[in-house]
Amino acid sequence: MAADPLDDYIHAASQALALPIEEAWLPMVRVNLEVSLRMARLVDEFPLPDDAEPAPVFVA
Amino acid sequence: MTTPLKMTAAEIASAVAGRRMSALDATDAALARIKQHDGILNAFTDVTAERARARARAVDTAIASGKKVGPLAGVPFAVKNLFDVEGLPTRAGSKINRDLPPARRDATLIERMEAAGAVLVGALNMGEYAYDFTGENVHDGPSRNPHDPTRMTGGSSGGSGAAVGGGLVPIALGSDTNGSIRVPSSFCGIFGLKPTYGRLSRARSFPFVASLDHLGPFARSVSDLALAYDAMQGPDPDDAACTMRPVEPVTPLICEGLGDLRIAIAGGHFQNNLFPEAVEAVGRVAKALDSTQVVEVPEASRARAAAYVITTTEGASLHLDRLRKRPHDFDPAVRDRLFAGAMVPAALVDRAQKFRRWYRARVAELFESVDVLIAPATPCIAPKLGQATFVLDGVELPVRANIGIHTQPISFIGLPVVVVPVPLEPLPIGVQIIAAPWREDIALRVAYALERMGVVAAPSPRGL
Repeated sequence: MAADPLDDYIHAASQALALPIEEAWLPMVRVNLEVSLRMARLVDEFPLPDDAEPAPVFVA
Repeated sequence: MTTPLKMTAAEIASAVAGRRMSALDATDAALARIKQHDGILNAFTDVTAERARARARAVDTAIASGKKVGPLAGVPFAVKNLFDVEGLPTRAGSKINRDLPPARRDATLIERMEAAGAVLVGALNMGEYAYDFTGENVHDGPSRNPHDPTRMTGGSSGGSGAAVGGGLVPIALGSDTNGSIRVPSSFCGIFGLKPTYGRLSRARSFPFVASLDHLGPFARSVSDLALAYDAMQGPDPDDAACTMRPVEPVTPLICEGLGDLRIAIAGGHFQNNLFPEAVEAVGRVAKALDSTQVVEVPEASRARAAAYVITTTEGASLHLDRLRKRPHDFDPAVRDRLFAGAMVPAALVDRAQKFRRWYRARVAELFESVDVLIAPATPCIAPKLGQATFVLDGVELPVRANIGIHTQPISFIGLPVVVVPVPLEPLPIGVQIIAAPWREDIALRVAYALERMGVVAAPSPRGL
């Protein structure tokens, strides 16, 4: 069976970021990453104009 | 044998200032209640009895010598253990932080509460690093619901909910990044205030998500909530996000009544994913306020998603070094979410921040035609401790991920919210009273009116 691209991504990212993720933890890291990416996709799908400014420091 | 608290903070302060009760007696009574009931509630991780008695004696001495004391004279209070308390390591619900040196100075909000005469009696249990909606903690055990100890308090300010809901103290402080004041308020049947982002100083508290973190009070009455809030307001150069606006006291304003306030029910996202008790609670509040207008908060579901993305990535950034050095010392559920958060591409986080500004502008437009929005605080009453899923409309959903579904789109843009407890049977549940930025006074006015009508109230703890 071919390796899942998301598993490959987790392995590569954990090495690039020096994150010591043990094999036993991988399934839950994957579940959480899937949720995070699903949430991010919802935001990504929303059309924003090119001049949209981010709000990294939020002012109410 | 002690009994749960019968007096409000305002009543204690009046009795202490009028020398009908000493601050020391009020403090000793709180310490006795903690000793009696905290074995069940597991609200406290530290009880600062010696400090509290010394502080109470100082208040009594000041009164005896005719000095003016503040509006919270002799009122016992406690803080979530992410507030710095001089002499204690600020554990923030974690195992790792217990190795930190003791804090050298209290958090700003503790200093301000004590300057108003209040007496700190301890630090409170919480979900690890505030990344939690349940009030469960693998290191310290769960805080337990004062109305049914087999149920969650909600989190992450779980000990704050248990301590006030259980009547151990009249006021507690907590933090709210995505709902961590509002969820425990709902599950424990008490009032909670998440002020406007930037209103109250966060100086010397352990952070979670800088652009979403708020601090605020819990209480058993709206008057007590306002008293604590007023005592804590004011600029603070030690918190970069703290507003320079002058203190705007709300205590004199809360009894002004509803007047011609335009009050609407939040629709769409806020009417989905609800158990019948949440529908009932919102309905009761709306009926009491004579509110029938339903307004759509544009893209609220997407706002919740964006808050999720910013939370998990900023949280990962905060803890990156600890994840590398001490991964085994985290709560595994928190650790695995943070690992995943570290891997979310930056471009997607930037999109979330851009969407945030768009969403804030749309909601600001909405507040041109309404003054108050009513929304559920939680989808359900407190779930059972350890409960992983619930079934809603025939669909099994994870509890943890869905408890804050109605709070996240509000804190995402820093709106002020008062959670009011609707005393349903068998358990209470909260409703969010949401106002425009910097209008805590309006949210508190509405909450006070509801309290006067008898629609909302903090029920006596039934689990003790």
